[in-house]
Amino acid sequence: MDMYDRQQKELGRLQAKVAKGSMSRREFLSRVSAMGLGAMAPGLYMQSAMAAPKQGGTLRQALTGGASSDSLDPATFLDSYMINVGMGQLRNNLTEIDENNQLVPELAESWDSSDAKTWVFNLRQGVEFHNGRSLTSKDVVASIQHHLGEDTKSAAKGIVSQITEITVQGDNQVKMVLEGANADFPYLMSDYHLGICPENDDGTIDIQSGIGTAGYKLESFDPGVRTYVVRNPNYWKSGRAHFDAIETLFVADTGARENGLMSDELDVISSPALATASRLGERPGIEVFYTNGNQHCTLPMLNNVSPFDDNNVVMALKYAIDRQEWLEKIWFGYASLGNDIPIGPANQFRATNEEIPQREYDLDKAKYYMKQSGYSSLDLKISVADTAFQNSDDACVLFSETARAAGINIEVVRKPDDGYWSNVWLVDPWCASYWGGRPTEDWMFSQVYSKNAIDTGWSETYFNNPRFEELLPQARAELDSAKRRDMYIEMQRIVHDNCSVIIPIFSAYGHASSDKVKRSANVASNWEFDGHKNVERWWFG
Amino acid sequence: MSSLTKIILQRLGLGLLTLFAVSVIIAFAVELLPGDITQAILGQSANPETVAAFRAEIGLDRPAHVRYLEWLKGILTGDMGQSLANKRDIEDFFGARLSNTLFLGGVAAVISVPLALLLGVLAALYRDSIYDRVVNLTTLTSISFPEFFVAYILILFLSVNIGIFPGISNVSKDLAFGEKLFRTILPALTLTLVVVAHMLRMTRAAIINLLASPYIEMAVLKGTRPMRVILYHALPNAWGPIVNVIALNLAYLVVGVVIVEVVFVYPGVGQLLVDSVSKRDLPVVQVCAITFAAVYILLNLLADIVSIISNPRLMHPR
Repeated sequence: MDMYDRQQKELGRLQAKVAKGSMSRREFLSRVSAMGLGAMAPGLYMQSAMAAPKQGGTLRQALTGGASSDSLDPATFLDSYMINVGMGQLRNNLTEIDENNQLVPELAESWDSSDAKTWVFNLRQGVEFHNGRSLTSKDVVASIQHHLGEDTKSAAKGIVSQITEITVQGDNQVKMVLEGANADFPYLMSDYHLGICPENDDGTIDIQSGIGTAGYKLESFDPGVRTYVVRNPNYWKSGRAHFDAIETLFVADTGARENGLMSDELDVISSPALATASRLGERPGIEVFYTNGNQHCTLPMLNNVSPFDDNNVVMALKYAIDRQEWLEKIWFGYASLGNDIPIGPANQFRATNEEIPQREYDLDKAKYYMKQSGYSSLDLKISVADTAFQNSDDACVLFSETARAAGINIEVVRKPDDGYWSNVWLVDPWCASYWGGRPTEDWMFSQVYSKNAIDTGWSETYFNNPRFEELLPQARAELDSAKRRDMYIEMQRIVHDNCSVIIPIFSAYGHASSDKVKRSANVASNWEFDGHKNVERWWFG
Repeated sequence: MSSLTKIILQRLGLGLLTLFAVSVIIAFAVELLPGDITQAILGQSANPETVAAFRAEIGLDRPAHVRYLEWLKGILTGDMGQSLANKRDIEDFFGARLSNTLFLGGVAAVISVPLALLLGVLAALYRDSIYDRVVNLTTLTSISFPEFFVAYILILFLSVNIGIFPGISNVSKDLAFGEKLFRTILPALTLTLVVVAHMLRMTRAAIINLLASPYIEMAVLKGTRPMRVILYHALPNAWGPIVNVIALNLAYLVVGVVIVEVVFVYPGVGQLLVDSVSKRDLPVVQVCAITFAAVYILLNLLADIVSIISNPRLMHPR
């Protein structure tokens, strides 16, 4: 060990002490000066005091997507409020998506598979539930089985139904056998429905008490209003869960969330109004930040309905939309352009701009495809509602203006939010829709773009492409990353050119917080609020 | 039996009938809304299989009238039932919501009723003066703006700019009374601004109406001071219409607070009702609607009783 290494090591030790609060500024400065680093000492102190999380304080956060009909049953989780409470505060999964959008172990310490079909998860030892009981493999099996079975209404059924056999191997191992090979399976275990709950004596799981293994214990839960949790002193993760307590409010009204933040009743809020976000961020003490995730808007067309059965019409529409204008006028720049591909920035194998160039507003090409289709002009209707995505009506009015020049007349039909997903989506030939995005390519493609998706009721387009169907299981089973990448790029190209869906925008997740709330430089973007793990990753500075 | 007791009993009977009619209408109306609770809750993931499983689980696969009769049987035996969405007993959480709403309505009433009466009496006393015009103009302006606008203006000035009051009313049951009151002030002020004008103008009009009567002229000719004329001679005979308007506004303070509750994130019945309607959670909607209807009926009954008592001609009908 040379002199420099030794110095670095000593410095690291001192900085860690400062971070923990066990060394004063004065002591740190004198020790560092003694090492011959006097001039750098104040900066080093700031760095360590800033960068390292501090414990304490009650985080008061306001989220959307709650309701008085919410419940603690993970099978019913649907929207951000319960995802944050369930996955972020109370329960852990087998695996986790970390702040760099990478898969990391959570309750499973490691996993193994030789054929991507039989998976063995090794559980972490010494993990305790909030009631003091130790976690065993039985809890894991029961928690997964909660989403299986005929009469389940779990939204995770689509993920777990590929499991044909799930068994306990001793106290600390779980074996799962799938019906087909799936290299992404450990990713799927990070799904927010699959939080691990304690098993009851009869083999079901305890979904009512909110007992889990995560960083916070439930104190009170008032659905649609407020959830209050306190720190779990025995949390098994080190360097996580820094707040003493967390108060999570459901605040549907954007103005109310912003008022709460500005009047210091709240520390962090989701989704500030796009139009005024930059002005909110200019207020002293308030910070507005966005993360670009996989959430995207879609304008799907049912390809068994004329004229959407003609890919030329679809292509004409794909070139007749001005995505840049949408980005600037509807999202005020807080989003990124979509390229008619449902794979987003938080995915592993997203095609780069060199691989599949960004599609732009091109009137000549739109006219060319119109000519190919044989139509001289087209009258189309698109159904929109705010529940599909905010301001979808305004956005589609912009679209109708840019498309008119290509001889396409689009009538924007505003539908009620209530019942939209049952009465409009998959019913009207063309409508607005959105997807929260999926952490893996296979998940997104299988769930929405495969032939199977037509039967399960998720396909927005009735897309059915033989080459795509051929690649889908191959890519899923492939354990070699480079080969998988090639296959996924080809599949993205097929959707880009052949699927009757326009994907104009990947919308960013918006947050506003008091500047007292600190976070590390990297923030996960698979969901809002640092992948809904903000409660264990953020801290008060 | 005195005629008053008879009237009260009659009215209560009619009130029960009204409540029954309300429950039928609500059940029918919720049935008419597009989509049901399973689709509302499952949203985009509402595929036929999960919807069917969910419907069977909460008994939604049975015909509407069977479900209604079951609910009616329950409510008549004092069982409010369970929320369809998360199977919580309604009585477990409804009480807390109702007490929040009543608290807010109560605070607003304590501020607004005396204020309206005082301003109204003074407006009658100094009618057509500058004071009268200013009061009328101000209160009519505040009643003319939509509630959410009044709320936002109050938040902007009293919360964001000056920072005296909290911008959202985060009340929970373990708060001390003073703290709860403090957090309730802004929504209560909003409601006050919305209801004062109505009561004030009725007070003013009812008193001025009487000022032309011969017995008031007599009092004036005797040299009674104007304030005394109004308080002792005019006001007792004006109570009937004034109390009626007060009762209507009190009812409004309980049932009309939906928007104010949303803007201030106040966890009351209004917010619960909106939430439950959008999720089609019929048992919860029923309990909220019945409660609101009962408040209306009882306050109207109270107003009628007061006007009968304050009017001897009605007390002793020929």
